[in-house]
Amino acid sequence: MLDPERESMPLPALRQLQLERLRWSVRHAFENNACYRAKFQAAGFHPDQLRSLDDLRRIPFLTKQEMRDQAPYGLFAVPMKEVVRVHSSSGTTGNATVAGYTRADVELWSDLMARTIASAGGGPEDVLQVAYGYGLFTGGLGAHYGGERIGATVIPISGGNTERQLMLIRDFGTTMLACTPSYAINMADFAARRNPPFDFRKTRLRRGIFGAEPWTEAMRREIEQRMGIDAYDIYGLSEVIGPGVACECSAKSGMHVNEDVFLVEIIDPATGEVLPEGSQGEIVYTSLTKQCCPVIRYRSRDITRLYREGCPCGRTLVKMEKVRGRSDDMLIIRGVNVFPSQVEALLMEVEGVEPHYQIVVDRHTALDDVEVMVEVEEAIFSDELKVMNALSEQIAARMRSVLGISAKVTLVEPQTIERSAGKAMRVIDRRKP
Amino acid sequence: MNITQLSVFLENKPARLQHVLKVLADREINIRTLTIAEVSDFGILRMIVNKPEEAYAALKEAHVTCSRTEVLAVALEDAPGALYRLIDSFSGQRQLNIEYMYAFSDRHGDHSVMVFRFEDIEAAKAALQEQGYTIMSRAEIHG
Repeated sequence: MLDPERESMPLPALRQLQLERLRWSVRHAFENNACYRAKFQAAGFHPDQLRSLDDLRRIPFLTKQEMRDQAPYGLFAVPMKEVVRVHSSSGTTGNATVAGYTRADVELWSDLMARTIASAGGGPEDVLQVAYGYGLFTGGLGAHYGGERIGATVIPISGGNTERQLMLIRDFGTTMLACTPSYAINMADFAARRNPPFDFRKTRLRRGIFGAEPWTEAMRREIEQRMGIDAYDIYGLSEVIGPGVACECSAKSGMHVNEDVFLVEIIDPATGEVLPEGSQGEIVYTSLTKQCCPVIRYRSRDITRLYREGCPCGRTLVKMEKVRGRSDDMLIIRGVNVFPSQVEALLMEVEGVEPHYQIVVDRHTALDDVEVMVEVEEAIFSDELKVMNALSEQIAARMRSVLGISAKVTLVEPQTIERSAGKAMRVIDRRKP
Repeated sequence: MNITQLSVFLENKPARLQHVLKVLADREINIRTLTIAEVSDFGILRMIVNKPEEAYAALKEAHVTCSRTEVLAVALEDAPGALYRLIDSFSGQRQLNIEYMYAFSDRHGDHSVMVFRFEDIEAAKAALQEQGYTIMSRAEIHG
């Protein structure tokens, strides 16, 4: 544990710290940002009303749309001369959001990512290969600064060029990998296709921190098995700070949220009502110490659950489950709510099917048509048609029984589904809104 | 040693077969015979080539999903009723299940060659040899 005083704080002390910081953060937003001030005033809220943590509920939510509308600088609460960096979301579902950082914000972020690396067992002796994309995306620079902060040797290779990634893992003695889980699987695929195959077990690679997209336990097992490493889930949003918001510990059973700097609530996405701890719902973030872009009650659209339990790692910070999906990504197919991650888990259960898939939803008649395309790797390929037909039928049957939707399953050739070193294109929705 | 058939997964899309054939042509690999089994979305190309290991490596390198399957090649008289007599010869005493089969004509002789994929290749080989059929060797088929 990098910061035991904060990470294993008794709950009453944590609550006290959060309240003090919340008061500062809300007042800072109110006094130094016109958008927040207008929002608070319209809701009849003034920072003086904040006497307990429960008073947070009086403050209106900040939505993703508001963030987009205010881009690039509308939510900044410091003069531009104090801003040292900007990042921007990938903006896959509309306009991008923009986040700015003061020098202190970058320091905070570095500390949080250093905590993340330590939480996954990393330290100054590690050689950290950062294969997240560098640039406007927060993944690359976030992991980079965290790695330097903890004193690890950072290899800033960025995403892509898989051949080179493997070469560096071998020749530079990489011990820790940071990238998206789908890129890790991509790397494992690439390594297996090499002649002779690249054997991760003959390298010094021992652990990896994977995030920036939802992934499943089955994917974790696959990465761990194929690379011979421990794989840890890390979580963050560029709107909040980037990676470093929450991360798994050695228990690998949920991610500890860095509550000393981010206050989290779970709400019912339909009504906005705050739900008791342990309920599943949309997670809402409030930053407690950020300067440039304070986020006050930001609705993340991420669906998860929070729970507090005595963790063997000693951290008292609340744990969040793997994100079940973004409510943005949630597909409503013939009235059934479907998250792409559920489809992925199901494909992994059907033996040997690797999670290179794409869901295409279209509407030709009154009904939604769903097609699941699955790449056929050698592991699941048979020279007999009946075996191949049985495979697609089995997937379709599991989709019907587990998710309650009938889908056409199409087997496609490897490397035909669009993907990138960053995020995989899991869903194509061609229905007219 | 049995002969090696390469099986290739092909999506039913333009130029997929062409792509596979180009990979083989570029390596100067000769296809002795081939057959395609297909359903609406995809097909399985099965072929016997002169250099199966080299072809397999080249296809893998080109990201083509490909597997190797052991099959039996049986020399057969090129005459009416020959195939019937072959199948009939083992249908009575043994339950040998044929997954699929296809034929090609041998360049040197006056006989045909039938390629069989049996569920149990060793049992089939024994049964056919017992009946006096010639199982062709790797050297004869792959050349």
